This record gives sequence, structure tokens and C-alpha cells, in this order.
Amino acid sequence: MIHLRGITKRFGDYPALHGIDLDVAPGEFIALLGPSGSGKTTLLRIIAGLEFQDSGTVLLGGEDVSSLPVAQRHVGFVFQHYALFRHMTVADNVAFGLSVRRGKDRLPKAARHARAEELLRLVQLEGLGSRYPGQLSGGQRQRVALARALAIEPRLLLLDEPFGALDAKVRKDLRRWLRDLHKQMGLTSIFVTHDQEEALELADRVVVMNQGRIEQIGAPDAVYMNPETPFVSHFVGETNRLPVPGTAAGSEIHFRPHEITLAPDGAEALLVDNVFRKGAVWRAEGLLEGSGQFVELDLPSSGEAPRLGQTIRFNPHRARMFNANGDQTQGETR
Amino acid sequence: MSMAPTSESPLARAALITVALVFLGFFLLLPLLAVFSEALRQGAGPFLDALHTPDALAAIRLTLLIAAISVPLNMVFGVAASWAITKFQFPGKALLITLIDLPFSVSPVVSGLIFVLLFGANGLFGAWLAEHDLKIIFAVPGIVLATVFITFPFVARELIPLMLEQGKDDEEAAISLGANGWQTFWHVTLPNIRWGLLYGVLLCNARAMGEFGAVSVVSGHIRGETNTMPLHVEILYNEYDFVGAFAVASLLALLALVTLIAKTVLEWRFGLHAGARH
Amino acid sequence: MLPGFGLSFGFTLAWLTLIVLIPLATIFLKAAGLGWSEFLAVGFSRRAMAAYQLSFGTAAVAGLVNAVFGLIVAWVLVRYDFTGKQVVSALVDLPFALPTAVAGIALTALYTPTGWIGQFLEPLGIKVAFTWIGITIALVFIGLPFVVRSVEPVLADLGREVEEAAATLGATRWQTFTRVIFPAIGPALLTGFALAFARGVGEYGSVIFISGNMPGRTEIAPLLIVTQLEQYAYAGATAIAVVMMLASFAVLLLINLVQAASRRRTGA
Repeated sequence: MIHLRGITKRFGDYPALHGIDLDVAPGEFIALLGPSGSGKTTLLRIIAGLEFQDSGTVLLGGEDVSSLPVAQRHVGFVFQHYALFRHMTVADNVAFGLSVRRGKDRLPKAARHARAEELLRLVQLEGLGSRYPGQLSGGQRQRVALARALAIEPRLLLLDEPFGALDAKVRKDLRRWLRDLHKQMGLTSIFVTHDQEEALELADRVVVMNQGRIEQIGAPDAVYMNPETPFVSHFVGETNRLPVPGTAAGSEIHFRPHEITLAPDGAEALLVDNVFRKGAVWRAEGLLEGSGQFVELDLPSSGEAPRLGQTIRFNPHRARMFNANGDQTQGETR
Repeated sequence: MSMAPTSESPLARAALITVALVFLGFFLLLPLLAVFSEALRQGAGPFLDALHTPDALAAIRLTLLIAAISVPLNMVFGVAASWAITKFQFPGKALLITLIDLPFSVSPVVSGLIFVLLFGANGLFGAWLAEHDLKIIFAVPGIVLATVFITFPFVARELIPLMLEQGKDDEEAAISLGANGWQTFWHVTLPNIRWGLLYGVLLCNARAMGEFGAVSVVSGHIRGETNTMPLHVEILYNEYDFVGAFAVASLLALLALVTLIAKTVLEWRFGLHAGARH
Repeated sequence: MLPGFGLSFGFTLAWLTLIVLIPLATIFLKAAGLGWSEFLAVGFSRRAMAAYQLSFGTAAVAGLVNAVFGLIVAWVLVRYDFTGKQVVSALVDLPFALPTAVAGIALTALYTPTGWIGQFLEPLGIKVAFTWIGITIALVFIGLPFVVRSVEPVLADLGREVEEAAATLGATRWQTFTRVIFPAIGPALLTGFALAFARGVGEYGSVIFISGNMPGRTEIAPLLIVTQLEQYAYAGATAIAVVMMLASFAVLLLINLVQAASRRRTGA
């Protein structure tokens, strides 16, 4: 469906993307995950045609659209701050893409209205067509923006931080709703987020980006369980990092707070200096005896809360090792 | 490669810039250049001579005097009004702001007329003034009154949005630390608003020195006595002394240029912005 | 609670009443004293009607010219970069800073048959100085910054996202302008037009030199007030002033109502 080959982009002296290759299958739901400045939004805008790459090609459904202007790409785009037309009613917003068509593609007014109504029903905003965007809540506005993007029957849906401007509760509901909608429609979709939870929950595959490069592409579970680079390891999920004694300088061992087994004769000992409940587990924080490294551990909350000043002995039961170049030298259980 | 979706083609861009510049050139730049060109038409000598006549000097002195009286009055008013409006809640605030703006929507000629109707020989207080041998219309007090009226909203208009934006946290902090009202104003508020205040005063001053219509109605055009610079320009022009008229006009144009430069510097340096009304 | 409310509010109200409200009230008091028949006779005399027609007509034409070119100027200043932009932007405020009498004599010098511009119009048979066209040109000069400064901030705030959204939906640049950008800046453009119009109706200094001041033909309403005053015809001056003020207030009120309605609708 989408094939990106060697996409590079600079803004002045600032390199935004270095040679991105990415293939997306029809019907896939892809998350572009990364910190700000990682190039994820730039990549999304290049796919849409809102920005043009310095080199590389963009293929959509087998067609080379590398220099096709956005208006002719037929791509649905949902903006972070909705970008609704404030002086138009909700229905007119949704029907906008149909009303700017020329010639034989142009539907009669009644048909455009019927289509807008249908889409408003789809996004569960039936009957709000005559309102103005200013009269809607944030979550409702985002759904109008989505209906508007879907109205042109795009071959592909792109969403830039679609939940970024919403508060936590609405965010969660809208997330679930969007996932169901994608299942129902099967439209190839890519969304940009800096929120790993969002990416892991929604996407079929997650593309982790950092400093203009793709760090890892994989299913949410694979990205979480088997991060291939130190960056992915600490950007997706929480990770403890320990230098590995007796190896080349810079080698690190990574394990997640829950990837441990308590053992009285464990190799590591944590001196607890902070404890709090983190959902279903106790989170204990402190410095390791000997190395003095800061470490976080999750302990089953069925047991008693660890006490301050207590020493917890444990072994990581699952960990990954990276050398100074960031290459994975050893994975899995030890 | 292809251009951004939110920009026009280079051709359309160049065409729009050209239209804008030609329009501004014809309507703004040429008149400005004409002032200096006409003033220096016969060289520097006649230009300087025209400025050296006793009437011209008297007009300059009077204009400075009028500005020196009316600008501080409006400055004090502007600060007081902005303090009341931005630091407190009270019913009728929107109405008060509208009323302060009122002089902007009144023709300058009408602004003069109202004072003639009040203090002129046939005016409401005309008889009483004559009895006590006081003269307001066709004298300096009338010119001051008309100028204060015309420039009434300038300072308040620039300060109100600025002070609204700044909120009242700083002042409340100062009061909570034991400062009294005047200390708070001098040491906290005034430093915060000084550039905005200067900005408003500049615009106020430009209008005060340049006002024509209102002053023309109340001044009586007595040479050497109640003629301000703009009025002197008119008299010279009507006497076909074009070099003289444009010589005095060029001083006023210089004042305008200085105001514009100072205004631009303040906007650029401190992010201040004038409203659309002046 | 901060101190100083009593003092600042009291002073504001007192000064406002003394300088603005009482003097303005006088004119309505005086007009009320005229009685209907006299008010109508002097306020709507044939000469006065001609003056209103000229003042309102030229102010409307100048306002329209400014709406078109002011929008282009604002667009260019907000959207494009070019050398000398800072200077051009500062120049836009010239009509606010240049005394009106100076503008008046300068424009007249330009457009008389021997002037820089007039000499080219003369052979074409176009007379500008001492006709309604000259008055309109003076009012275009006076009104331009009102439109530019009203539209500029709204245009700057508009945000690229909305235009990008229109583009992703298939709109051409022109469709984006007419259907997305123009409606968004419409209220600001209307405000600018109204301010320029109201100022133009009352403008005196920049007009009287170029207008020629022929009663019934190129005599603007503010000049008629001055003429009446010079002849000690206070009734006429008052009536004309009241008619002009009411008309200006009505225009500004209308604009405010339109704005309020559009704000309520869009929830901005």
C-alpha cells in the first residue's frame, strides 16, 4: 500500500530524516512513535504531501506520488488541533472535501449532505450537523475532523497526534473508539504519537523513530519485549540500565522493573529508599549496593510493602545486553 | 521540488507584492516625498527663512506648549483608567471602555464645535465667561481642551490590553509583602508598563501636535497668538506661500517620521502593538 | 484586593465626564432646543444633503478601495518576506502619524494639473484635484491603516493547519482562499472598512485642500459645519454635526452587532 524508499529531509542545517524506508500493507494500523524532534511528524507530512522530501520516493498503491501536490493525493489527514473551519457548520466542514470537487466528480448538494449525515452517524455525532465547531467539546471536534477526512474516501488515513490535545479520560475513550472504527473500516492508517501506551494499544505495528532514523519496526509486543536498540529499550516501557563489569567499556545490561526474581542469594541487592503503589504492584526504588546504580523494581502487591531501608536481593531473569555501539550482544534469559 | 500547499506560485507572490508596493508608493510614499520636495523647491535658503519668521516661531512654540499640557493630562488619565479597568471588576466596565473610545468616532470638526457651543460667545457659559473676563474659545485654553478631547483615548487604549495581559499577580504579591498602594504602583506596575506607556504617549503626542480640524474650529486663527503649526501651514498655503507652507509642513512630517521610527523600535523591541484605531 | 479603586475609578469617571460626556451632551442639548421643524430645515437643507451625499459616498468608495488594497497589503506583510518589509510595515502607519493638514497639501500638490501625478492625468482628461476623486484619494490615504491593522493580526493568527486541512481535502489554493481564509478574516475586514468609513465621513484636514470646497459640489459635511460656524449659524452647525454623529454611531453599532453575532456563532 505504502512504500517509502530512502526519504531524506533537511530543514536548513537541521537534518530531519535520514534515508527512511518503510512498507505498509493494506489495512494496517501503524504507529510512528518517538520523542519530539525524532522526525515522525515530518515523515507523516511527507506521506501526505504537506511537505516534500529532498530525496527518495513515496509510492501509494503502486503509484509514484513523490511530487504530487497534497490536493491530488487523496489522503485523509487529521490534525493535532483539529484545524476545523470555525465559520462553517459541522455538516459543512464534513462536506467540504466533496464541495470543492470540480466537473463530473462533483456530487449534487443533496447527495453531499446525505454523505455528511452518514459520516456524522459513523462518528456518533448524529444531529450535531448544524452546530458550529466552537460549540463542541474537544473530543467531539476531533471526531468531526475524522469524519471530514473520511468524507473524501481517502486511500489512506494519516493522524498527527490525534489525542494530543485531549484530557486523559476523553483520550482513553476516543482511543478505544478509534481502534473499533479501524477494525470496522479496514482503512490503512498511520498515526503519530509520542505516547508509547497509545502506540502499543492501538497499532498493528509500531515504528520507533529517533533523530530522523527508524530504530525498530515491529508488533507492539515484539517492540516491548525485544527492543533491538538501547533507545527503544528505554523509550518504550521502563528500563533499568546497569553497566556490565568486566566487559568492554559502555556495555550495558537492560531489564524492566518486573523482569526480576526475588532470591535471598540474588546477585544484586537494592537498598530501598522510596516505595509507592503503582497500580497492581509495589514499586521500590533505590541504589544498588556496590555499583550505586539507581534501580526501580516491581514487587507483587499481594505481599507486604517493602520497608524503607530494607535490602532486597534479586536476579534479573530476563535481560538484554548492548555494547557501546548500541548493538545487541546478547538477549533473553540468563 | 514542489511547493508547500499553503503558499502561492512565485508568479502570484511577485504580483501581489508588486501591487501592494505600487499602491503604498502612490498613496503613502509620494505624498511624503512631495512635502520635502516642495519645501526645498527653491533651495535651503528660502526653506530656512520660512521657518525663521516670527509667526512660524510663535506657531512652533504654541504647538509645543499645547502638547506639553495635554499629553501629561492624558497620560495621568490613561494610567488611572487602565488601573481601574484592568485591576478591578465592576459593572458597566464595557460601557466605560466604549465611552473612553468615543472621541475616536467623533469628527475633529465636531470635537471643536462642542467646545464652541459650551464656551463660545453665544455658548452655554459664554455670558458668564465674558462677565468674568475669561477667554477660552479663540484662546489657548480652548485649543488645549479640544486637543485633550481628540487625544483622550490614546494612552488608555495602549495600556488596557497590556495590563490585562500582565494580570495583577505582581501587584498582589507586592501588597502581600507589605507594600502600600503607591509603592506597588511605583515599583511594580510602572516598571512593567513603562514601554507601553511610552508607546501610547508617543502616539498621543503625534496627534496632539498635528491636530488640525478641532483646533481650527476653536483657535480663531490669530497669527502669532492662537496659530498652531498645522494652522500656520493652512494660512501660508491659502496665501499661496507654498514654500513657507511646506517648510512648516516638513517639520511636522519629520515629527511623524520620528514617531514612526520610535514606534517601530518599540514594537520590535518589546512586542508592543497598536490597535487599529487612532 | 488591590488598593486604589476608589481613587482611580473616581478620577477616571470625573475626567471622562468633564472632558467628553458633558461637552458631547451639549450638542444634543443644543439640537433638542432647536425643535423638529428647525432641525429638519437646517439639518437636511439642500446644501446639507449634498454634503452628506458627498461625504458618505466618497468615504464608502475610499473604504472599498482600502478593503481591497488593504487586504493585499496585509496579506503581503503577513505572508511574504522581502527586503525592506520592516520599512514598508512602518510606512503603513504614516497616515496615523502625519498631521492631516500636511497630508492635505501634499496630496493637492501631487494631483494639481502640474503636480507629479496630475501632469500625467491632465492629458487623459482626468481631473482629480478639486473633484470628488481628489476627496476620495485623500480618504484612501487616511483610511488605509485602519484596514491593514485590523486584518493583519487575524491573518497572522489564522494558522497554517486550517489551510493545510483544506488542501488535504482537495481544495485548490483559490478555493482555500475564498472558502476558508476569506470568511475567517471577513469580520476583521468589515471592522477595518467601518473604521475607515467612519473616519472618512468626519475627515477634515486632509480633504479641504484637495476638494475645492464648492457648495453643493465638492463641499464635505465637516467643512459645511465650519462654514456655518464662521457665519455664526450655530443651529445649522449643530444639526449637521448631530446628523453626522448619529450616522457614524449607527454604522459602528451595526458593525458591532454583526461581529457579536458572528462571534456567538463560531464560539470564538
